[in-house]
Amino acid sequence: MANIEFRGVSKRYDDGPPTVPGLDLEIRDGEMMVLVGPSGCGKSTTLRMIAGLESISAGDLYIGGHRVNDLPPKDRDIAMVFQNYALYPHMSVFENMAFGLRVRNFPKLGIERRVRDAAETLGLADLLHRKPGQLSGGQNQRVALGRAMVRDPQVFLFDEPLSNLDAELRVQMRGVIHRLHHQLRTTSVYVTHDQVEAMTLGTRIAILNGGELMQVGTPLELYNDPDNTFVAGFMGSPPMNLLQVANDGRQLSCDLLTLPHGQLQGLNRELLLGLRPEKLVYAASAPANWPRLTGSIELVESLGAEMLVHLRAGSAQLVARLAGLRAFPLGDTLELAFDPTALYLFDGASQQRIRSGCARAGVSQC
Amino acid sequence: MNAVIGRLGQGKAVALRRALRDIFSWRFALLIVSVLIVIYPLLWVVSLAFSGQQSLTLVQLPPDAGVGQQLLALVPLPEQWTLANFRAVLTEQPFLRWIGNSLVVAVATTIVGLSLSCTAAYAFSRFRFAGRQRGLTLFLISQMFPAVLMLIPLYVIVVQWLGLGNSWLGLILVYAITALPFCVWMLKGYFDSLPYEIEESALLEGASRWTIFIRIILPLARPAIAVTGLFAFMTAWNEFILASIFMDDESRYTVPVGLRFFVSDYASEWGYFAAGSILVSLPVILLFLSLQRFLVSGLSAGAVKG
Repeated sequence: MANIEFRGVSKRYDDGPPTVPGLDLEIRDGEMMVLVGPSGCGKSTTLRMIAGLESISAGDLYIGGHRVNDLPPKDRDIAMVFQNYALYPHMSVFENMAFGLRVRNFPKLGIERRVRDAAETLGLADLLHRKPGQLSGGQNQRVALGRAMVRDPQVFLFDEPLSNLDAELRVQMRGVIHRLHHQLRTTSVYVTHDQVEAMTLGTRIAILNGGELMQVGTPLELYNDPDNTFVAGFMGSPPMNLLQVANDGRQLSCDLLTLPHGQLQGLNRELLLGLRPEKLVYAASAPANWPRLTGSIELVESLGAEMLVHLRAGSAQLVARLAGLRAFPLGDTLELAFDPTALYLFDGASQQRIRSGCARAGVSQC
Repeated sequence: MNAVIGRLGQGKAVALRRALRDIFSWRFALLIVSVLIVIYPLLWVVSLAFSGQQSLTLVQLPPDAGVGQQLLALVPLPEQWTLANFRAVLTEQPFLRWIGNSLVVAVATTIVGLSLSCTAAYAFSRFRFAGRQRGLTLFLISQMFPAVLMLIPLYVIVVQWLGLGNSWLGLILVYAITALPFCVWMLKGYFDSLPYEIEESALLEGASRWTIFIRIILPLARPAIAVTGLFAFMTAWNEFILASIFMDDESRYTVPVGLRFFVSDYASEWGYFAAGSILVSLPVILLFLSLQRFLVSGLSAGAVKG
């Protein structure tokens, strides 16, 4: 067991701009830290630096209190699960799982026991003599998990392990990984670009964009309390609506709505109003003091129990997640209402969250 | 029911007509002619070998032979079939010794060539070092010159400087090294196609580079190694010019050099020559057959990725 600490760690290839410009992050002992972000955000590079597969250009990386910058991968006591499984195609499942123990000269009986235990846990006991080519994608990924498990390493690394699986298997394997982490409590770092995976698996989530750390927190912290528009737009499906609103000192307005607001002096003229799709309700069933907004219906996506209604007014548009199913003629006008405490305000220029003065404005959370 | 049978019959007739049309098409004729051109000399060799005689003429023509008889003489068919030539080559001539020499040289060439090219190709494929690109290009350039061009420099180096004339070691070195560029490119192409994550995974599990090379890369590259090995073997097995220049002692001849002496200014034992040629090609044919399942995948992988 170990914690992992990045202190100003940066990665730069040749003379190009840094892929990771200077990361400060602590991954606590026993937690599952999910690194999430769009492709090219540096999350895989960060993971590979922990593994020792990428050198560190500057800064220090500590695992379990030891500086590991110059430690070769094999001495870091780390196991990694790759997106394409990276199993040894010419070895049986048993040999695949035993390989790491064999090269570390484990006693034969110990190897046998550990592999059988892991195979039992992962439901692979009947497949031990098969070759990876004879297994399905989900089974292969379980073998890869087993191979990582048998060595009982300090740290598990997952590099988009579910990306090659189909939707159903992905949900199933997510459960497997979740249970495993719960059981083993090994410090884990999990890289994905899928925010659902991040929300469901992460003890904490670190959101990266362009190599910069946007925010770190538990899934609910990030969901409820985003620091900036990037985090707000990344978490949640569909993501938070971000409406460009003009601020004239007394009220916020865009084509969809006008919102009186008490504390707007000193704020930028261009603001972004954040509103989660699930916080919108039909105006008819909302308390009278909740703000209203109206727009024409552009698109309705039925998901069965609920539907996503896309509204537009002028240049402003948003998505509402409404319960139940109703037939809406496209183009009709629809009036919705929302709880004012569920509003978020962001600065239009810096994209950062504006938290100050919100309570006094009668908008408790903004 | 009758209608169905009728349609079936019709289908058969259509298929037959199509087959006939294919057979009498110009493509078919062209293919037949090409096959004959390729096969004709081979048929001559086979006929000579089994004819039991040493002369190139299988049919003795009377001096006043007509055109028909002369044309008939072009058909490679011996007057009688016998194994006499094979028996003579194997017992009366030092042929078996030459085969043995060739085997030693070819097997050693394969081993030396493969161990050099596998390690070199792995380095070219996986490591980034100064001169990597240039080295690969140089290998390619060396393949663009005709092999005869190297005759004199190789003679100077191997015979005069190293004093390895008339020795197997000299031949093995030369063969292994001349086969190297092709082998390295071939294997590098295959190594490139193996996912690097497999090695990264093994690195994390604690394996050294050498362990990875021996226990993971080499087993996975078996098809490519089979192809390159076969190439190296054949380079050594079939080579004539260098061997004829380096080897003075008849007891050290390789098979191609030995065969040459059946047909020279002083002898024209075409029957022995033909029988010997067939015997020489047997090991290569056997190798091809035993490696067949690797060959297709190995060749295509190298070709596409390399």
